[in-house]
Amino acid sequence: MHITSAVRTPLVSGGKTYADVTEDVCRQVEGKPTREWTIAFTISALVLVYGSACVFYTWWEGLGVWGLNKTVGWAWDITNFVWWVGIGHAGTLISAILLLFRQKWRTSVNRAAEAMTIFAVVCAAMFIFMHMGRPWMAYWALPLPNTFGSLWVNFKSPLVWDVFAISTYFTVSLVFWYMGLVPDLATIRDRARSKVSRYIYGALSLGWNGSAKTWARYEYMSLILAGISTPLVLSVHTIVSMDFATSVIPGWHTTIFPPYFVAGAIFSGFAMVQNLMLIIRVVFKLEDYITTEHIESMNKIITLTGSIVGVAYITEFFIAWYSGSEFESYAFINRASGPYWWAYWAMMTCNVISPQLFWSKTIRTSVVWTFVLSVVVNIGMWFERFVIIVTSLHRDYLPSSWAMFHPTLFDISDYIFSFGLFFTLFLLFAKFLPVVNMAEVKAIIKSSSEKLPQSVSGVAKGERVTNPTFNKNVD
Amino acid sequence: MATPVNSKFLVGIFDDDDVVLKAVREVRESGVRIHEVYTPFPIHGLDVALGHPRSRLGIAAFMFGLTGCITALLLMSYTEKFDWPMVVGGKDSFSFPIYIPITFELTVLFTALGMVATFIISNNMGPTVKPLMFDLRTTDNKFAMAIDLEKNSLQETAIESILKQSGAAEVNVKQF
Repeated sequence: MHITSAVRTPLVSGGKTYADVTEDVCRQVEGKPTREWTIAFTISALVLVYGSACVFYTWWEGLGVWGLNKTVGWAWDITNFVWWVGIGHAGTLISAILLLFRQKWRTSVNRAAEAMTIFAVVCAAMFIFMHMGRPWMAYWALPLPNTFGSLWVNFKSPLVWDVFAISTYFTVSLVFWYMGLVPDLATIRDRARSKVSRYIYGALSLGWNGSAKTWARYEYMSLILAGISTPLVLSVHTIVSMDFATSVIPGWHTTIFPPYFVAGAIFSGFAMVQNLMLIIRVVFKLEDYITTEHIESMNKIITLTGSIVGVAYITEFFIAWYSGSEFESYAFINRASGPYWWAYWAMMTCNVISPQLFWSKTIRTSVVWTFVLSVVVNIGMWFERFVIIVTSLHRDYLPSSWAMFHPTLFDISDYIFSFGLFFTLFLLFAKFLPVVNMAEVKAIIKSSSEKLPQSVSGVAKGERVTNPTFNKNVD
Repeated sequence: MATPVNSKFLVGIFDDDDVVLKAVREVRESGVRIHEVYTPFPIHGLDVALGHPRSRLGIAAFMFGLTGCITALLLMSYTEKFDWPMVVGGKDSFSFPIYIPITFELTVLFTALGMVATFIISNNMGPTVKPLMFDLRTTDNKFAMAIDLEKNSLQETAIESILKQSGAAEVNVKQF
């Protein structure tokens, strides 16, 4: 009968009941901010203030304050942009792709991961506005009639595709996330004691009543949203990669870019989800919801996508030689042994070697190892974008224009700004909104720990939920 | 759902999702008309058990998607072919393959926004809407089955005993 059952541990441990889920998740929303939260928020807000001043100065003075020169015209700005957009991809993967694959473990982590997506895309968008230099002209990227003073946008340009892709991605992710929040906001509304919070959460929950008809429509809507978000998330990083791949710069002009960028995006995104989750589960005492199994599953995805990225690096190198194009070969040999060799080897070590450590079960179930390696992966992925952008640009066809890129204080500060922005937004989310999707966790809590053949009355609740010998494989 | 005014409801409160699903079938078989069931999370098969028709949200989503697709194609072909023809990269001013990325993005955007708007409108939801809550615990851990007494010919006590028999932990009266 339940032979496979003992192998799998329940997705939610600690024998939680439906009421426990509500209590555990609402605790931090309803209670006073904890000391850890206050300290973290203060630091993030201060970083944001400092960063905002630097961004303002960048706009006030112009992009000359960055270390760009006429050879290296894109550097940290686009590196940071691609890095943040990539990080965002994990949230959509968890909420949409894993929903389609019916991976129930996603329910505990999808809310926070989607929030991460939205804030990461906001950070990415900030670099788009920054690198414009004159953000008040941003509307020029929109298809507006010629009477506005410029031509229609060039629809053949991947940069215009990017405008559509990123804004669609942001909007759809926001809508998906918000609609997922509505039932949980209604839970908070119905528990609220103060008039103010009842009013605010009441307005935010849009009058949700949890009727069977609403839920049926809601499930249908979630499925379609997941169905359209899946190709959307793949299209976003594909289009980002086309910003490079459709050019004729050696090192950029590569057909492998779309799948390679998408794999890299999911790779770095999961690393960021790990970092955030490992902190959240401890600070908000959610270890029963975000268990070792969740961490392990995500580490497996990191290993898979990290390996894809590794194969892509090697393929790229091989094709550079096999193409017979001396410019292409030179670009790659220069990456590995030229003046930016340290960036290339940092990328190779962090992205190709470090995720392979997760083949060891001890390492992939260890919280400390996971946290450290996730940070390493994100450093590596930042270097990947830096290597692709700066080392491909710094050696031109014309040796007299060869140059190096030296970051200035404002390159660094504008990057720090994005961290301040990201963590300020994320901490606000973590305090005022439920970080775990209560409704979805309640829906899996029984089926994930057991499935009784005669599933009805007569069995005490606690017993049914805690019994670990039954398992979710049955259904 | 139209808001019932001055109606008297019998509300059966259940503790378990499997019990409420079984109860819905039993209560309907005994000839009682159920107004609606309220649950803290989706229960698969509950809408079927209640006899709700299948949602047509998918059709709406498809229509919105089609609108987005056509909008994108019309926008790009009009601007690039008729309004201000331009040759970029040696390609014809009307080059269909290159329109695919933006057509796809707008299809997705229109589908998502249109479908969510349809969802909100069809459920009568909105920031100022005061929901009709039969029991505040239905967003936490209880499942409520509401029965409109005026739409049922059976006596209140008879319905109450049917609810109790099918597993309701408590039965309350609610007047709107």
